[in-house]
Amino acid sequence: MPIFKARIQVRLKAGILDPQGQTIAHALQSLGFAQVQSVRTGKLMELELTAENREMAEDIVKRACDKLLANPVTEEYSFEIEDVEEDVAV
Amino acid sequence: MKGTMQEPEVTLELARQHGLSEEEYEQIQKLIGRKPNYTELGMFSVMWSEHCSYKNSILLLKTLPKDGEYVLAKAGEENAGLVDIGDGLAVAFKIESHNHPSAVEPYQGAATGVGGILRDIFSMGARPVAALNSLRFGSLDDPHVRYLFRGVVHGIGDYGNCFGVPTVAGEVYFDPSYRGNPLVNAMAVGIVKHDRIVRAVARGEGARVFLIGSSTGRDGIHGATFASEDLSEESEAKRPQVQVGDPFTEKLLLEATLEMAKEDCVIGIQDMGAAGITCSTSEMSAAGHAGMVIELDKVPLREADMIPYEILLSESQERMLVVAKPGKEEKIKQICEKWDLHAAEIGKVTERNQQLQVFWHGKKVVDIPADSLVVGGGAPQYERESRRPEYIERLHGEDLRALPHPLDLADTLLKLLESPNIANKSWVYHQYDHTVRTNTVVAPGADAAVIRIKGTKKGLAMKTDCNSRYVYLNPRRGTAIAVAESARNVVCAGGEPVAITNCLNFGNPYNPEIYWQFKEAIAGMREACSYLGTPVTGGNVSFYNENPDGAIHPTPTIGMLGILEDINHATTAWFKQEGDLIVLLGRNLEEVGGSEYLAVIHGKVSGDCPQLDLQRELQVQTACLKAIREGLVQSAHDVADGGVAVALAESCIMNRERPLGASVELTGYFRADFCLFGESQSQIVLSLKGAHLPRLTEICNEYNVAMRVIGEVGGERLRIGELVDVSLQDMMDRYYNAIPEKMRIVAIE
Repeated sequence: MPIFKARIQVRLKAGILDPQGQTIAHALQSLGFAQVQSVRTGKLMELELTAENREMAEDIVKRACDKLLANPVTEEYSFEIEDVEEDVAV
Repeated sequence: MKGTMQEPEVTLELARQHGLSEEEYEQIQKLIGRKPNYTELGMFSVMWSEHCSYKNSILLLKTLPKDGEYVLAKAGEENAGLVDIGDGLAVAFKIESHNHPSAVEPYQGAATGVGGILRDIFSMGARPVAALNSLRFGSLDDPHVRYLFRGVVHGIGDYGNCFGVPTVAGEVYFDPSYRGNPLVNAMAVGIVKHDRIVRAVARGEGARVFLIGSSTGRDGIHGATFASEDLSEESEAKRPQVQVGDPFTEKLLLEATLEMAKEDCVIGIQDMGAAGITCSTSEMSAAGHAGMVIELDKVPLREADMIPYEILLSESQERMLVVAKPGKEEKIKQICEKWDLHAAEIGKVTERNQQLQVFWHGKKVVDIPADSLVVGGGAPQYERESRRPEYIERLHGEDLRALPHPLDLADTLLKLLESPNIANKSWVYHQYDHTVRTNTVVAPGADAAVIRIKGTKKGLAMKTDCNSRYVYLNPRRGTAIAVAESARNVVCAGGEPVAITNCLNFGNPYNPEIYWQFKEAIAGMREACSYLGTPVTGGNVSFYNENPDGAIHPTPTIGMLGILEDINHATTAWFKQEGDLIVLLGRNLEEVGGSEYLAVIHGKVSGDCPQLDLQRELQVQTACLKAIREGLVQSAHDVADGGVAVALAESCIMNRERPLGASVELTGYFRADFCLFGESQSQIVLSLKGAHLPRLTEICNEYNVAMRVIGEVGGERLRIGELVDVSLQDMMDRYYNAIPEKMRIVAIE
């Protein structure tokens, strides 16, 4: 079965307080990066999965995000899927 | 463009969408002499909501005893209750619910619940020294319940640990009635020197008003009270209802607040919780019979395009409103700068004009009497219709003596020990730091927690309690039992109960049966608190706790505070030494209604709750405390869920490192299962050295307390006459593994 690679970005919804991002922004400003106005943090996850085709892979990743990888109350996510070349995989 | 969004026209319909009734809308117009604008309507709607106005509960709450020897700030006067503990010190303490936010987002809901109650404490100038929490969930067999349980415990742990307050005690209950509507009641306790107490009041013409702490975002502006049609969809999408906690900022806010109190910089401080700027400005003004002028464009914002309505209603966390002493403004700014916090001067106090006036870029957007918004001022107060529910008669009428006898009582005991309501909760409290600040003398897992007060000989004992099955079966007596039991727990730990705070979790008050439960519960609390001399210093009310099948069991959680005159009186519940005698104080009656035994073994919540004789309760507590203070007692454990048998088993195995067996004779003139597992009140299991028995007997005679020597500590087993004979290991396997095993089923959720 073909192997796919999914890169999933999970980030806080707009307007949700991001204490970590604020702390980073503050630290950057203290270090002299006065240009930095704000920082928002998130997560990047890479999954390898098998699926019959790209559509099936998208469906699996979407369900995984809804169920576990993102918190639908506070976070939103997006992802891209790419084929993993057989010869690279070996 | 800032603030130029077209505001909707205020109509009765819009007021209704804001949760206000027609009468309330008319009342508002009468109070301000005109139609409110959109911003003002929002302020009234949130201040007259159940949460802020206590409109359906305040009349009954006023009937609770508030006065006591030690009470410095009475219920409703300040952010939290305040009790004198001598040595020039006072204790601030309060419990509050965060049920609905925790149902939506368990981690952040519980975390911000902890944050909110801590601010209530330190806004009075007190340093938080302990946190407790009372948690209730549906059955752990439900994966969603496990998700909520895990998230809530994690949220409490992370916030408390990061802030640096020990989470020392509490309770966790599981019952199907809480499915979909968990209860998260957080309590905090703080200590303050008398001359550093800060009040939540605004006084002094021209005194400057500061907003300190985090910037203001669109947190917690509820969809239900937000008529959004006329605002852009973009702003709708930007409006998160979930508040996110930032415990490190809270820690900074704590230190800054205490430093301001120490440097005598402030006239008053109030924290911002529900209804944010609206609530703190109006309540502080009303408390000082003053008004305020606020320039809203000076509020530091997290998002640039917020409108006055949103800024006034935002529930962004980790903020305080400070009224400065004249001449101390610069000092306040310096202190905040040192602690890396915003300190924005946003307005001033007006003593001659008791209006709350809010300006937005020079334009007046709000002009209403400050006290029109608040409890005791313009906010409405209702007495609702009440009706005794039918279920009570039906359940009281059930003949529990007709129940089948269990064949194997030892097995029954083991089943009770692994019931999540009784089983050890270390899965929960091992996620909490309970020793930070190094004052914890008796940690979680005992009857009540004890912390020492550094610099004195004294200690504080504290406990939360409520058996909501009892309250469901008999709201009045069940609530009295919650008060009595929390006091008994404090006594068993060596403390003298002095005052309570309460968190009243009920269903919808517009349902006459729910209101009846509430009314009866208040009556029971009044009786017990008056008799036991533990006044009510405050707390909160949470209505509308419903699951798809109906209301939760009525749950008036009691947070009890006790004082140990000498920290050496601190006593724990587990047996200490082979050969010690085991004594049962109080009387075991033939009653089993509402018991854990009935629920776990027979699958019933039925009968009436146990009897309670307040005179006998007080006698037992007084005798027990006296014996502890005289140094006679090795261990003291109150008889509660699971009855005498479970109390004995717990005393054997609660010290996991050093369990001790016991041999006991327990005879009654009634059914063995009722005798072992019935939950008769006013009973305490003590252990003591044989040499102390004569003196204990004297004390019990003096206070007219029934006492029996029932056995002796020792061996590897718990033997109760011919009825039960189980090994310590078997009991421990069940008691300690039950909850971890249920929570191990994680991966597939």
